[in-house]
Amino acid sequence: MHNTTGVKPSSGSMLTDPKARALLFQVLSVCTVVGIGWYLFHNTQTNLAQRGITSGFGFLNNTAGFGILQSLIEFSPTDTYGRVFFIGLLNTLLVSVLGIFFATVIGFIIGIARLSPNWLISRLAAVYIEIFRNIPPLLQIFFWYFAVLRAMPGPRDSFALSDVFFLNIRGLYVPEPTATPAFWAFALALLLALGGAWELARRARSLKITTGQEFPVFFSSLALLVILPGLSILVFGKPFTWTLPELRGFNFVGGMVIIPELFAITLALTIYTAAFIAETVRSGIQSVSHGQTEAARSLGLRPKHMLRLVIIPQAMRVIIPPLTSQYLNLVKNSSLAAAIGYPDLVSLFAGTVLNQTGQAIETIAITMSVYLAISLTISFLMNIYNKRIALIER
Amino acid sequence: MKAAKTTLIAAAVAATAGLSLPAHAGTTLDAVLKKGFVQCGVSDGLPGFSYTDEKGQYKGIDVDVCRGVAAAVFGDASKVRFSPLTAKERFTAVQSGEVDVLSRNTTWTSSRDAGMGLSFTGVTYYDGQGFLVSTKIGVKSAKELDGASVCIQSGTTTELNLTDYFRANGMKYTPITYDKSDETVKALEAGRCDVLTSDQSQLYAQRIKLGNPADFIVLPEVISKEPLGPVVRQGDDEWFNIVRWTLFAMVNAEELGLTSGNVEEQAKTSANPDVRRLLGAEGEYGKDLKLQKDWALQIVKQVGNYGEMFERNVGMGSELKIARGQNALWNVGGLQYAPPVR
Amino acid sequence: MTTHTFKPSLPPPPMSVGPAAWIRANLFSNWFNSLLTFLAIYLIWILIPPVIKWAFIDADWNGTSRDACTSGGACWVFIKVRFSQFMYGFYPEHLRWRVDLTVLLAIAGSIPLFLKAMPKKLPYGLAFGLIYPIVAWVLLFGGMFGLAEVQTSQWGGLMLTLVIATVGIGGAMPLGILLALGRRSHMPAVRVICVTFIEFWRGVPLITVLFMSSVMLPLFLPEQMSFDKLLRALIAVMLFEAAYIAEVVRGGLQAIPKGQYEAAGAMGLGYWRMMGLVILPQALKLVIPGIVNTFIALFKDTSLVIIIGLFDLFNSIHQATVDPAWLGYATEGYVFAALVFWIFCFGMSRYSMHIERKLDRGHKR
Repeated sequence: MHNTTGVKPSSGSMLTDPKARALLFQVLSVCTVVGIGWYLFHNTQTNLAQRGITSGFGFLNNTAGFGILQSLIEFSPTDTYGRVFFIGLLNTLLVSVLGIFFATVIGFIIGIARLSPNWLISRLAAVYIEIFRNIPPLLQIFFWYFAVLRAMPGPRDSFALSDVFFLNIRGLYVPEPTATPAFWAFALALLLALGGAWELARRARSLKITTGQEFPVFFSSLALLVILPGLSILVFGKPFTWTLPELRGFNFVGGMVIIPELFAITLALTIYTAAFIAETVRSGIQSVSHGQTEAARSLGLRPKHMLRLVIIPQAMRVIIPPLTSQYLNLVKNSSLAAAIGYPDLVSLFAGTVLNQTGQAIETIAITMSVYLAISLTISFLMNIYNKRIALIER
Repeated sequence: MKAAKTTLIAAAVAATAGLSLPAHAGTTLDAVLKKGFVQCGVSDGLPGFSYTDEKGQYKGIDVDVCRGVAAAVFGDASKVRFSPLTAKERFTAVQSGEVDVLSRNTTWTSSRDAGMGLSFTGVTYYDGQGFLVSTKIGVKSAKELDGASVCIQSGTTTELNLTDYFRANGMKYTPITYDKSDETVKALEAGRCDVLTSDQSQLYAQRIKLGNPADFIVLPEVISKEPLGPVVRQGDDEWFNIVRWTLFAMVNAEELGLTSGNVEEQAKTSANPDVRRLLGAEGEYGKDLKLQKDWALQIVKQVGNYGEMFERNVGMGSELKIARGQNALWNVGGLQYAPPVR
Repeated sequence: MTTHTFKPSLPPPPMSVGPAAWIRANLFSNWFNSLLTFLAIYLIWILIPPVIKWAFIDADWNGTSRDACTSGGACWVFIKVRFSQFMYGFYPEHLRWRVDLTVLLAIAGSIPLFLKAMPKKLPYGLAFGLIYPIVAWVLLFGGMFGLAEVQTSQWGGLMLTLVIATVGIGGAMPLGILLALGRRSHMPAVRVICVTFIEFWRGVPLITVLFMSSVMLPLFLPEQMSFDKLLRALIAVMLFEAAYIAEVVRGGLQAIPKGQYEAAGAMGLGYWRMMGLVILPQALKLVIPGIVNTFIALFKDTSLVIIIGLFDLFNSIHQATVDPAWLGYATEGYVFAALVFWIFCFGMSRYSMHIERKLDRGHKR
């Protein structure tokens, strides 16, 4: 190009101007997306109208008319599909929360064990990780449900622990607490004790900062937590009465039951996700450079403090993002519950309700939005936490 | 050069965006004739109704109905392809036109007929819901099932009838629901539930799937009406008629004593005007249905009449050994009745 | 901490070299470690011998029916009898050579890609990637060149698993790369579209996507335009995986130093040439491990097609365990399925780690 005078090249066409081109390209891509969207929407509309398929969300107010195996809130078959939706959602959340909790605990233990100086322990952890993360979660769920839990005895031959706990093919039966009038006094006492412990910890910290003195926070808090609720029991009586499960007719009646479906899915997801979390934890801890450990040691920190004050805060920064995506995966994998009949959102709402009403588009759209919302919420919360941790750096 | 490329992209995008909307021309029959086979939705494995044998061949009443439709349309009962569908998929598969006929032990109800864009063409099997229990628990009647755990296939009318029945009798139950009927059977066998509920015909079919069928009995109570029949998409009367009259032709053939063995001969020799009309020797009744003249002849010749189909798949000629009962012809005390061809 | 003993002139004490020292340092360095070691040994003791006894010592290997399984251990006869069904599904027996040939071609065709001395890997890879799917389709589906047609509903077993996994990842690659480019684009509208697309698919479980493909997709399309069930599942898997691939590729794009973009721009390359000739070849090489990991995840996820009634490896095995003739051998079936999946996934993860190490060397400063 010999044009050195600063005059614009005179090809003139708007298409050679990068800005105009970018604009045109964007307009075109938006048009394409809108066009495709409208095309699909139009087809759907035509199809629904032509075939006389009911649409809309009115079905949520219709009576469901079927029973549900496990519901965290009251449910009877005369309730609506809307309530079925909430029961499914709660069941999904239950599995997710349980899974996340146990997977985190086990994952951290295995991850740290993987780095253990003990050769045998570190090998065992490696074997655990390599076995369980390379087998599809659905297969693991089926294995626990169909191969292991199906081998439990029938209700009449249950494994019993002193006639209070019963384990059989129908689940684990445990006593169910019912609140007595004294429950409120107990709850209040517990709350007070917790508040006291928190206040104690706060004071102890400021005491340490100002004077350097240590205060036995742990033991004094423990004492507080035992004495206050204990007093309330002595004064007002027992906060709960326990209903024991007993075999009557076909099944155990009374008590609470942990159904095998819940057990299988939680166990499988925990084991599967823990393998990934362990790897995350391992690489996080290894990412803290050796110099940090040496520096901490040369400052005279004890191993306990070194871990808590130097290594973990830095490792957490590396661990949190992949940990978040593991949590998200676990929540999404909880939808596999549908395969073994655990009444989660997918099985109950995108399964039974879809089938009873025939309104595929609405039910699947609602189900997908719920998962999207859960995913976005977890990402959002973890981002906040990540930011707080990241600030510690500088 | 760049400008040319951009224009090209623009043109491509415009072409995509401006895709002409499809004209909803062409009926199911035209489409079926064009592709050369009937796409038939069947169940994912239910002995007697639709299942694959060890060679991967489809068998059963529901399967034979589809073969009948293929025989009527093409004069060749083998021009049919089967899609195994789960209970969940079945209705959308019809609604969307993925299958031309759904023949999958589906209960005819008002909401399905009116609200889901489906049309039931008739009743291939009159059924009712029953209970299958282990003999070990010593139950003789459904009324003794208070407090039981019940295995059900999810998303079926069975699930709803069960609730109604237990409510009406003031009994409690724990529902254990699975997607597939196989899994309900497995669960009953393992003892996850005390009782399995389903249409009675299915109970007999499921019972032979158990490791030790003698340990299980079907309770006498029938708690609902379950008319099972083929389903087509709403709004295509021409196709609806073909499927409906395929079944009628089979029932009429039985009534007239036509079997796959004698039908060809009868078509030539019979003097009975009913037979002559049905088999196309007299009149142009096939034409009304937009079919060949010998449509019913082909159905009966290649698939058999209703009675033959019943006996072969679920009746005494099969492992299930179900009596004709309600499914006998109307003139011997059953419910199977077909309007005349004329 | 070990205590130092200052006796330099003496040979090392017997406990500081050799196996004894190793055991002491690695297993019994302090009381806590010793405790852990004993715990681990106990764990191994209660787990391994019964498993070995069940799987090998007490197992039955020969026979044709469940009557052959008498010794109380694993009944591998079940796997042996059903083996061909687990591999090919209901693919007609006399046509199975076509499946074998397809797999052989894939292996033979991809060997050059792993050879160091091979020149022109990229054009070869592209050509292979374009031609092979067509050959594979003709071989598997047939219906032309005198090959008998085999309906996709007859496909099954490991073959179907591999088809879903490879087609899924193969289809997801181009779309994923485009999405990644779009997400890093300077044009806000394009960016928003790509981010929405990616986050949508990443936010929902594959099950619901498969449901959507099998139950809803037909309602979105005009009448008469109905897809094969398998094809619908493949489309769903592709869209789903494309979002994950996009995120992996984005990581690679971000890792390319800005200087590369600027240099390409200074050479007068336009956007597509800059990406195609300079940035993507570098970025894609960087993300091979990530792509392999995505593929592993997809490979495991193929087992979900059981939900929409396709007979992949896992569903074939699950169905076989329901068969009354083989009742009570579910464990054997699941263990076999787990073993097959594990071999594939573990092999691939080793490969990905190998690549990672190789790449690491090249880029460390």
